[in-house]
Amino acid sequence: MIAPAPAVPRSAVELRGVRKSFGRTTVLEGLDLEVPHGAVFALLGPNGAGKTTTLNILCTLVAPDAGTATVNGYDVVRQAELVKASISVTGQSAAVDEVLSGEENLRMIGRLSGLTGARARSRAAELLALFGLNDSARKRVATWSGGMRRKLDLAISMLRTPPVIFLDEPTTGLDTRSRQELWGMIRDLADDGTTVVLTTQYLEEADALADRIAILDRGRIVAEGTAPQLKARFAARTLDEVFLAATGSHIDEYEKEIA
Amino acid sequence: MTVIAPATAGSPAAGVAPVAPRVRLRPLTEEAVFIRRSILHSLRTPDQLIMAIALPTILMLMFVWVFGGALQSDGGYVDYVTPGIILLCAGYGAASTAVDVAHDMTAGIIDRFRTMPIRASAVITGHVVASLLRNLVATAVVIGVGIAVGFRPHAGLAQWLAVAGLVALYILVITFLFAGIGLAASSPDAANGYGFILMFLPYVSSAFVPVDTMPAWLRGIAEHQPLTPIIDTIRGLLLGTGIHSADGWWALGWCALILAVGIAGSAWLFRRRAGRR
Repeated sequence: MIAPAPAVPRSAVELRGVRKSFGRTTVLEGLDLEVPHGAVFALLGPNGAGKTTTLNILCTLVAPDAGTATVNGYDVVRQAELVKASISVTGQSAAVDEVLSGEENLRMIGRLSGLTGARARSRAAELLALFGLNDSARKRVATWSGGMRRKLDLAISMLRTPPVIFLDEPTTGLDTRSRQELWGMIRDLADDGTTVVLTTQYLEEADALADRIAILDRGRIVAEGTAPQLKARFAARTLDEVFLAATGSHIDEYEKEIA
Repeated sequence: MTVIAPATAGSPAAGVAPVAPRVRLRPLTEEAVFIRRSILHSLRTPDQLIMAIALPTILMLMFVWVFGGALQSDGGYVDYVTPGIILLCAGYGAASTAVDVAHDMTAGIIDRFRTMPIRASAVITGHVVASLLRNLVATAVVIGVGIAVGFRPHAGLAQWLAVAGLVALYILVITFLFAGIGLAASSPDAANGYGFILMFLPYVSSAFVPVDTMPAWLRGIAEHQPLTPIIDTIRGLLLGTGIHSADGWWALGWCALILAVGIAGSAWLFRRRAGRR
């Protein structure tokens, strides 16, 4: 089992003309996107814009109808196992085992990630401390609050530090302090060379955290660049104004329309 | 345990391109992890195990004490019915596998397993092995209760081992069927509902009354359905009355056939459910 040498990837993530429909609903209409290595990249857009579908294609859960997508230089369709070895993922719904304790969850996924039993145990202890979950570590996750489950889910994604981490609305359900702490952890990951691709509905989050931002509107990228670039291009002072200029509506109005 | 190969750059120009660490799990790591997980689940939902033991026990006491006198006035009915109760017990105990599997497939955790470079189908293996262990315990309890109410087996060590083997095989067979039901069902509740179909099979067999007491059309079904030769074989082994070799071969043949169908079907359903959408 020798990994074929990847065609030297210029980007951590690359999408070319990716289309996806579910039944008659077209979610992505030819998406082009490039995420440089080591960047924190925010996919910004309201509910229904296609953020989660984009992430699901990149983490091999959903097959694109057309176009190509690569992660860490590997094709998500033809080299799915290599993509999986290159990523970790925190999706929107908590992917944790409710019958097990927080510690057992971390150790289980640690073992499945290739850590030895002893290493999985010590890594679990580190992450429980890092996320402030020590007090409940040995209680069943079923008794945990939503915010705590979210933190556990994020901790699980950080058991290993693969080349690319996908986080789908990582700060949803977290209080302000935890949100700030998570922003710090994401920055640390990027400083260590990990590429972080996250989705968010919060403009200030993308502004504060991301090196580059792509605005997704009805399955298309309508604007892409650094926060200052976007502000300059649309002659806007805030990202909210960028969103308004790029999509023609305020983010909350847009959501009503999609709903 | 595992080897995480050092990241090697594909070429000098790839200085900025980290290569995926090749995570290689030792063989059967997934199985070991998921079996442990499912056993922990079983231990932490003791109501499942209690129901799996209590229901067949109650049925046994009912058949022996309520119907037993009418069916066989000399009191020997417990010897006749215990082998059937053992299989009934395995069925009740395995039924929760359908719910466990359906729960896993509809909860977020399966998506995490699907995005990891592992054999995600080992989740099912975990549930099946946990069911096997759970049901072997339940079967031992039910045999103990049977002996307490007058069941007197005349089996030697070889016969007991043969019974244990056949019961274990039967548990695997029915567990895989329930796993398939769990994979096919849209929700844990639906899985629970469909599972009841399998529960009725023992009643239309030689488990509780000899099939020649049934009306002709029903006898045809009862004589030729898989449970009858399995029960007759277990009964013959336990009571020391000997077995018809044809029954023994039919029992093994049915088990092998249904097990093969169950495994292949579950694998197919798993790929359908856990494949890319």
